[in-house]
Amino acid sequence: MSPSTVTLNKLNLQAHPVDEVGIRERVARLATRSIKKASKVEGLKLALSMVDLTTLEGADTPGKVRQLCTKAIHLHSGRKDLPMVAAVCVYPTMVRIARKALEGTPIQVAAVATAFPSGMNPLAVKLEDTRYAVAEGAHEIDMVISRGDFLRGDYGRVADEIVQVKEACGKAHLKVILETGELGTLDRVRLASDIAMQSGADFIKTSTGKIQPAATPEVVLVMLLAISDFYRKTGKKIGMKPAGGIANAKAALNLLIMVREVLGPAWLTPSLFRIGASKLPNDMLMQLEKERTGVYQGPDYYSND
Amino acid sequence: MTESKISSKGSDWGYAPAPESADHFKLKEQYGLFLGGKFVPAGSGKRFATINPANEKTLAQVADAGEKDVDRAVKAARLAYDKVWRKMSGRERGKYLYRIARIIQERARELAVVESMDGGKPIRESRDVDIPLAAAHFFYHAGWADKLGYAFPGKSVGPIGVAGQIIPWNFPLLMVAWKVAPALACGNTVVLKPAETTPLTALLFSEICQEAGLPDGVFNCITGAGSTGAALVRHPGLDKVAFTGSTDVGKAIQKSLAGKATKLTLELGGKAANIIFEDAAIDQAVEGIINGIFFNQGHVCCAGSRLLVQESVEEEVVEKLKARMEHLIVGDPLDKNTDIGAINSKAQCERIQDYLKVGQEEGAELFQTKCAVPDKGYWIRPSFFTKVAQSHRIVQEEIFGPVLAIQSFRTLNEALEKANNTPYGLSGGVWTDKGAKIFKVTRGIKAGVIWANTFNKFDPASPFGGYKESGYGREGGRHGLRPYVELS
Repeated sequence: MSPSTVTLNKLNLQAHPVDEVGIRERVARLATRSIKKASKVEGLKLALSMVDLTTLEGADTPGKVRQLCTKAIHLHSGRKDLPMVAAVCVYPTMVRIARKALEGTPIQVAAVATAFPSGMNPLAVKLEDTRYAVAEGAHEIDMVISRGDFLRGDYGRVADEIVQVKEACGKAHLKVILETGELGTLDRVRLASDIAMQSGADFIKTSTGKIQPAATPEVVLVMLLAISDFYRKTGKKIGMKPAGGIANAKAALNLLIMVREVLGPAWLTPSLFRIGASKLPNDMLMQLEKERTGVYQGPDYYSND
Repeated sequence: MTESKISSKGSDWGYAPAPESADHFKLKEQYGLFLGGKFVPAGSGKRFATINPANEKTLAQVADAGEKDVDRAVKAARLAYDKVWRKMSGRERGKYLYRIARIIQERARELAVVESMDGGKPIRESRDVDIPLAAAHFFYHAGWADKLGYAFPGKSVGPIGVAGQIIPWNFPLLMVAWKVAPALACGNTVVLKPAETTPLTALLFSEICQEAGLPDGVFNCITGAGSTGAALVRHPGLDKVAFTGSTDVGKAIQKSLAGKATKLTLELGGKAANIIFEDAAIDQAVEGIINGIFFNQGHVCCAGSRLLVQESVEEEVVEKLKARMEHLIVGDPLDKNTDIGAINSKAQCERIQDYLKVGQEEGAELFQTKCAVPDKGYWIRPSFFTKVAQSHRIVQEEIFGPVLAIQSFRTLNEALEKANNTPYGLSGGVWTDKGAKIFKVTRGIKAGVIWANTFNKFDPASPFGGYKESGYGREGGRHGLRPYVELS
């Protein structure tokens, strides 16, 4: 018996049909919630505290990562009332630099691993990638699932990889990226979520940010519902991380509304909800400054990294 | 290595009040009857107050039409029919309907706010459902006005005459549109009697008719209570009566018209079964239950007030339903975040409370959400009953409030039998991921509208109406034109 079959036998792949029309309607209805004044300010600050500030470019340099870490600590000059973001998300080779830059802060360092973003490497290489990032000091590992295996129907292999990567993580938290933009249907998003949670994911995450569409509200809702069912059955709280394509402050607030009404306030914490983004914080800062001063400032008043 | 210091405590972040402003328009202190194109006081000079059910404050005084006013209205409609409207070409009639539709859109914000103030429904619904749909009905029927020959091929199509139309308080302006648009499109003139508790948008609609330059007397609006409606139905000058409301009143109208040439359509009560199979998309089905019974405080004749859920998923569905219901926000209808507004009137509120008592006395188990409700006004928390038997009154009778009766079933046939075991036949719902099952169930339920994997969806092109004690005649679509035309 191959290792993947062993895992497959443990999976409970009960069908959870997802109705796309119903999901779209629920998303539209949640988006009609009106968030104004005090709750807008409070919500934006909460959302900022949940950001995984991310740079995942081939052109990343130690200098750029250090700058990003500084931004993670001081989101906007002159404002002392802003939270720090939850984490900085980088490639494994940048982990050590980020750790040093963030020393003494509660900000976590997350590393993408397992041949991010495509996952097109043998398992041994993915495990080595993971172990390297953890050894460099990553608190959190963002892995990708093998979409090819998943779409082929080889769920056992997908699950098995997650189990082994989780093992390689040791104490580090594991976020499992489903790359929903490549899965095609919401039914598959649900199935991939179930497999990831049952295989040991601490978080499930929508996307790498390299593929469009990424964290659409529909996909996020389906994943939150999967988390809710998993909690109902096992009592275990799994975290959620939408990443990629979250355009603006309004979209970020809509995510909080969704979490609040689907999973409840217990999930409104950076330890269970993260937003993966690089440009998004500036729009939220712009909205916060607007609430404070009554006028919008131009984008040049906010640091890009 | 530093350990995680991230807060793991959930936030109590919530939504601040977000009230829709009501200062972009001004209601008049009093409104007259709309007769022959003008607002006039009731002959008796009598008036009654229309109140805001969310705070019990008076919004305006409206005229109380008596028998003589009814007679004046019918005569005005007859005159307009004979002199102007029946002779006008369909294309010209269509122009007026298009104009009305556009003015409804232009005044949408005002209409939505007044609808919520007068009737208690949340602004989210009046803004996103009632008003846009009312405009859509006029646009749709404007298109038919000059194409009636295509609706009834091979026939010569003519109008009937003067229609007396009586509408309920649950969708005040939308019911105006459902009734008036097809009547006018087909060349008839109208005397409309809006509900006693919600006359304001029908009166604003009368202003819109003036603004659109609709010829005098084509549309007339008489406000008053049940006795005004009864006087209208009795009037010998009507060629057609259309009524939407309770089954009891519908029966009384049918009796009073027995043996007369007056044509009649009735859209009455309902007690729809919403059937959830174990293979359904459960979370979306739960959302469908919510839309089915809590839309418009449950003041919906086609509400999914009986939930039939397959035994194997009953526990899951009930648990999820409870959790979902706790997120429903009950309160100020003008707040954009309100999901459930005020009960339309004191009388209706008492009626619902009565049923809540009856249900418990009969042995059913009541669940109500924990949300706070305002002190003033009329409110009922979202509620459901479990441990319900088919013979319970809460299963047999229409409650017309946010109260759901939950029963379970084991087989498809048992579900169908329960669904059909009711004097009503207006609507129904089925939730399953299997297409074949959808067809089997929808064919098996005797009801006018059956939704599959959705609920409470309306479109002007889709006919609506009932079987059995839910009435007869259809509104909307090509079928909805039939009650307003004479074919030869």
